[in-house]
Amino acid sequence: MDNTTILIIETLIKVLVVVLVFSALGGFTTYVERKVLAFMQRRLGPMHVGPYGLLQIAADGIKMITKEDIIPTGALRPTFILAPVITAATAFIAMAAVPFLPEFTIAGHTVRPIISDVNIGVLFVMSVMATGMYGPLFAGVSSRNKWALLGGARTMIQMLSFEVVSGFALLAPLMLVGSLSLIDINNYQAGGISHWLIWYQPVAFVLFAIAGYAETNRTPFDLLEHEAEVVSGYATEYSGIKWGLFFIGEYANMFTIAFLISIIFFGGFNPLGFIPGGIAVILKASFFIFLFLWVRAAWPHVRPDQLMWLCWKVLMPLAVINIVVTGFAILG
Amino acid sequence: MSKNIGSYKDIHIEEYPTSPLARFARVVKRTLRIELFIGLWIVFKEMVKFDIHTVQYPKEKLPIGPRYRAVHELLRLLESGNERCIGCGLCEKICISKCIRMDTFQDENSRKAIGEYSINLGRCIFCGYCADVCPELAIVHGPRYENASEQRAHFAIKDDMLTPIDFLKAGRQKEFEGFGAISTDADSKIKQTPLAY
Repeated sequence: MDNTTILIIETLIKVLVVVLVFSALGGFTTYVERKVLAFMQRRLGPMHVGPYGLLQIAADGIKMITKEDIIPTGALRPTFILAPVITAATAFIAMAAVPFLPEFTIAGHTVRPIISDVNIGVLFVMSVMATGMYGPLFAGVSSRNKWALLGGARTMIQMLSFEVVSGFALLAPLMLVGSLSLIDINNYQAGGISHWLIWYQPVAFVLFAIAGYAETNRTPFDLLEHEAEVVSGYATEYSGIKWGLFFIGEYANMFTIAFLISIIFFGGFNPLGFIPGGIAVILKASFFIFLFLWVRAAWPHVRPDQLMWLCWKVLMPLAVINIVVTGFAILG
Repeated sequence: MSKNIGSYKDIHIEEYPTSPLARFARVVKRTLRIELFIGLWIVFKEMVKFDIHTVQYPKEKLPIGPRYRAVHELLRLLESGNERCIGCGLCEKICISKCIRMDTFQDENSRKAIGEYSINLGRCIFCGYCADVCPELAIVHGPRYENASEQRAHFAIKDDMLTPIDFLKAGRQKEFEGFGAISTDADSKIKQTPLAY
């Protein structure tokens, strides 16, 4: 076989592994989320299906797949069907440029656990994730439901605004590294904890984390699915596997953000003392997933106007100041 | 200004800032004070303590108080095993949702006996008036609060409410100490009438 064939087969396998692993992990995270939230609120969480409720994932999956799939009469059919596909697909496409593990060798063949190391890595990830906002937008507009419309509009405002913050926040560490490839960013931090970018860019980390929560619609900013106000937001009219695709997309985005934070600010998959790099990055990403759940248990929502105020009057100026200061530091 | 009324204490609430500069100062203060992390710490502490309050209901049940007013029971006299109910009809009269029906007749000994006694539990509001008014402590509220059934008729049968006779002989009819019952120290509270002395 020539190299091209090998490359194609290898890439296909990687794509399959990433999609399967992260779909499964998404399902498992729903279980972990319910358990962690329950323990933090002195409850037990799911307990009845399987040992300690472990098979709850399977039960939920079967329920979701076999549920009647309703398309409302007034809905715009093609767009309505397309919307959840966009959300799930973009969430997985964004993972194409994320290196999940360090290089390893199987049977004399070196595998790089990244589907495509494009030279604009971070930009690709962020922009594809941003494209995902067409999902909620199409869902909201095509559902012919006022709650869905309001939810879709809120999602658009939130994601568009926080794209600015996350972009600006990432600009400063990227100026230090001088490359957009996530592998280069990772290699820049080789050499122990003191080389992590969080020590040089703490403000950028905080800004990017906040923007990440807003873009994945997680709790302090989950206004678009705020039951008390807009029923279920853009997903109000969705049921069955279509709703499931929105859900998988959300969890896949959570994983992407967790890996991005670990790689950009916390040393990525460089070995950490005696811990090998692959395990280190998984530990870091798991912690950030846990942080997502932890924050959900502890903090209340913000109001939509507070959200916009936070984005445009606080975070964006801070991000710009951070870029200017970093620029002077690099030049000086 | 704070004033104390009894054991209540006024919580001090800061004045809301009015000028833009004061409002900005409040934002900075709130941001840099690590209040958000206190919230995180509290829920984390709860998770680690693992002090779970869940009652896994069908497997575990919470105890209920003796005054709980659930499905009625008709009691028997402890010695003779006869039904306590004398057919006075007070419960039927006082029932505000009109769900009690009783049917009395003269038995072979020319005593008043109760043929049918039914409470439509679908209509009963469990107010406890029947147990309260009963002069013989015959109709009382029991602790059975799980009353799902396949048929509506099951909610009105006398045999279900009446203590079974073998149950009584085994000494398992508990004297009722709940709603409408005489309290345990009732004797000491009674002022004797002149006739008694």
